[in-house]
Amino acid sequence: MAPLIELRDIRKSFGPVEVLKGVDMTVQPGKVSALVGDNGAGKSTLIKGLSGAQPYDTGEVHFDGEPVTLSSPHDAARLGIEVVYQDLALCENLDIVQNMFLGRETVRHRMLDGSDMEKHATSTLQSLSVRTMKSVRQKVSSLSGGQRQTVAIARAVLQKARVVILDEPTAALGVAQTEQVLALVRRLADSGVGVVIISHNLADVFEVADYINVLYLGTMVAQLQTTATTYDDVIGYITGAKTRDTLVEETIS
Amino acid sequence: MTTAPDKSTNPPTNRALETIAAAPPTTIATGHEGSVGDQIRGYGQRIRGGEMGMLPALAGVVVLGILFGVLSPFFFTKGNIANLMTQTAALMMLAIALTFVIILTEIDLSAGVTGGVAMGIFIKLINDGGWNWVAALLVALLVGAVIGLFIGFFVARIGIPSFVVTLGLFLGFQGLNLVLLGDAGAYRVETPAVIAIMNKSMPIWAGWFMLVVIVAVSLLTGLYDRMQRVRSGMPVRPMSLLLARVVAWAVGGGAVVYLLSLNRSNGIIPIEGVPIVVPIALFILWVGQSVLDRTRYGLHIYAVGGNPEAARRAGISVPWVRMSAFVICSTLAVVSGLFTISQTGVVQASTGRDIVLSGVGAAVVGGVSLFGGRGRLAQAAVGALLISMITNGLGLLGYPAGITFLVTGGVLILAATIDALSRRRSGSTSLART
Repeated sequence: MAPLIELRDIRKSFGPVEVLKGVDMTVQPGKVSALVGDNGAGKSTLIKGLSGAQPYDTGEVHFDGEPVTLSSPHDAARLGIEVVYQDLALCENLDIVQNMFLGRETVRHRMLDGSDMEKHATSTLQSLSVRTMKSVRQKVSSLSGGQRQTVAIARAVLQKARVVILDEPTAALGVAQTEQVLALVRRLADSGVGVVIISHNLADVFEVADYINVLYLGTMVAQLQTTATTYDDVIGYITGAKTRDTLVEETIS
Repeated sequence: MTTAPDKSTNPPTNRALETIAAAPPTTIATGHEGSVGDQIRGYGQRIRGGEMGMLPALAGVVVLGILFGVLSPFFFTKGNIANLMTQTAALMMLAIALTFVIILTEIDLSAGVTGGVAMGIFIKLINDGGWNWVAALLVALLVGAVIGLFIGFFVARIGIPSFVVTLGLFLGFQGLNLVLLGDAGAYRVETPAVIAIMNKSMPIWAGWFMLVVIVAVSLLTGLYDRMQRVRSGMPVRPMSLLLARVVAWAVGGGAVVYLLSLNRSNGIIPIEGVPIVVPIALFILWVGQSVLDRTRYGLHIYAVGGNPEAARRAGISVPWVRMSAFVICSTLAVVSGLFTISQTGVVQASTGRDIVLSGVGAAVVGGVSLFGGRGRLAQAAVGALLISMITNGLGLLGYPAGITFLVTGGVLILAATIDALSRRRSGSTSLART
C-alpha cells in the first residue's frame, strides 16, 4: 500500500543546534506507527513540523504521493492531519458535543444547530465503538482522563482526519483507561486512518503499534515491524547501545 | 439510560480490543431519553455533581421571603413587591452586564461609573443641548460601547489585568463626571419618559399582554427546539416536561402580574399595573441569554472562559471575544445607569459609584462562577433580587444600614464558598486533570 505520508531527509535546526539530522519516515494508512526515542531525540520537533506549527528547514514531505508544503497549521488541517496534544485542550465547562465541534459549529438560521451536532458527535463516537460514556451532553469536567482522551481523538475523527498524531495519549492514565484508549487507537487505524503515536511506554507501543520508528539524537536509527522485533532491541536503539543493523539504511553522522 | 445490545463491527484483533469488548454494552445517550422520572433523576445527578446553578440563590430568595414575610407585615404587601422590583432593576441590569465579563474570568470595576459618565453626557445633551431624549440615549449607549472597546483593548491587546484597567477607570470616570457636571454637581432629570421607566406602570391590559408574550415565547422556543431534534432524528424529552415549564411560567408570572394589577396606592390616585421597567429588563435578559445559549459567539464566550488555550487552538479569536464582552458589559451598564437616574431623578458625579460592587456580588450570589466559564444571566438576576431583598427586608425591620452591609457581605462570602466547593466537587469526579 502506498504510504499516506512520506518524509525524506527532514532537517531542522534551532540556531547552532541541529535537532533533526535528515530524518526519513513513512505513515501508512490503516496502520499505527509508533515514534519512540529518549528525551531530546527530536520527536516533538518532528511532530510540530507535521502539524505545520513549526515548519522544517529542509526536506521533502509527500502526502498521497504528492509533494506538499506544511508551513502552517492551516496547511496540515487542509490535508487532514490532526494532532492530539498531551494537554488535550478541552473546555471542561462545555459538554462533549460542544468540545468536539468547538470552532467548527454547525449553524442553522444563524443559531447553533445543537441536534445536528449531537447526531454527528454520537455517530462518530459510535463508529469508534466508544461505549464508556453515559451521555454526549455530559460536561467534560465529569469525564475521566481516558474519556477525555477519547473525546480529543473523536474530535480529530470528526474533522475527517486522514492522519491522527497522538502525543503521549496514555501518559496520565491508569491501567484500565490505557487499555480503553489503546483499543480506540487500534479501531481508529482499522478504519483506515494513519495513526502516529508518540509514547515512552514500550508496553503500550508493543501492544498497539504496527511499526516502531526510533529516533536517536535527531536521526532515525530504526524502523521496525513490531512483530519482528523485541523490547531489548528497541531499548537498545533508544539508548544508542544498538545502532548499525537497522532495517533501513541509515547512517549516523 | 437505555441499554441496547450493541455489536462491535470490528473483529477483536488484540488484547486491548478484547478488554473493551468485555465492558457492558451501552449506547451513548444524549440526556434527552427516558421518562419524566429519568429526567428528574438526571437533573438530581447533575446537582450532586456540583452543577447547582441558581438553586442556592433561589433557595435564599425563598428563605428570605419566608423570614421577612413572618417578621414584617409590610414585606408582602403589593406596594412593597412593586418597590422591590424597581429597587432591583438597576442592580439586576448591572449584574447581567458584569456576567458577560465574569464568565471570561475578567472584572469590570468601572461598570457603575461608566453608566454614570454616560448619563452625565445624556443629561447634558438634554438639559443643556436641548436634544431629544431618544437621540441622547443612543449617544449614551454609544459612549458605553466605546468605553467597553477601550477597556477591551487594554485588557485583550495590551495585556493589562482587567482589575487594574477598570480600577483606573473607576477613579478616572468619577473625576470625568465631576468635570462634566461642574461644581453644582447635580442635574435634575426632567424628561417625563425617562422618569416613567421606574416610576410609572403600564396599563393593566399591557401587563397581561406581556405575560401572554412570555408564555408564548416559552412554548414556541420549546416546540421549535423539539421540532429540530425530531428533524435530526434525535430523541426528545417527554412533552409533559415542556408543558410543565410553560405552565410554571403562566402560573408564576400570572400571580405576579395579578398582584401588580391590583391598586397598591394608599391615596386617592390609584397605582396599578406592571412597572414599565419590568418588560424592558426581561427583554434584555431574554435576548442576552439567547445570544449566550444559541449562537456561536455565545458558545465561544463560555469556551474562552473555560479554557482560553483550547479556544485559541480551536481557531477562536480570543482577544476579539474578550473585547466584545467588555463592549456588551459597558453598554448594558449604561442601561443600568438609565434605570438608576430614572429612579433617583438626578444625575450626580457619584452616580454609579456605589452600585458596582453590589453588582459583582449579585452575579456571584446568583451562581455566576468567579472561576470563569459558568454562569447565566438569569442567575445574575436572581442574585440581584436576593441582595435587594436583604436591603429591603432589613430596612423594613428597622435595622440600620450597617447591619445591611454586614449581612450582604456575609451572603457574598457564603456564595463564593458554595461556588468554590461545587467547583472542587465537579473536578473531583475526574481522575486526570488536564
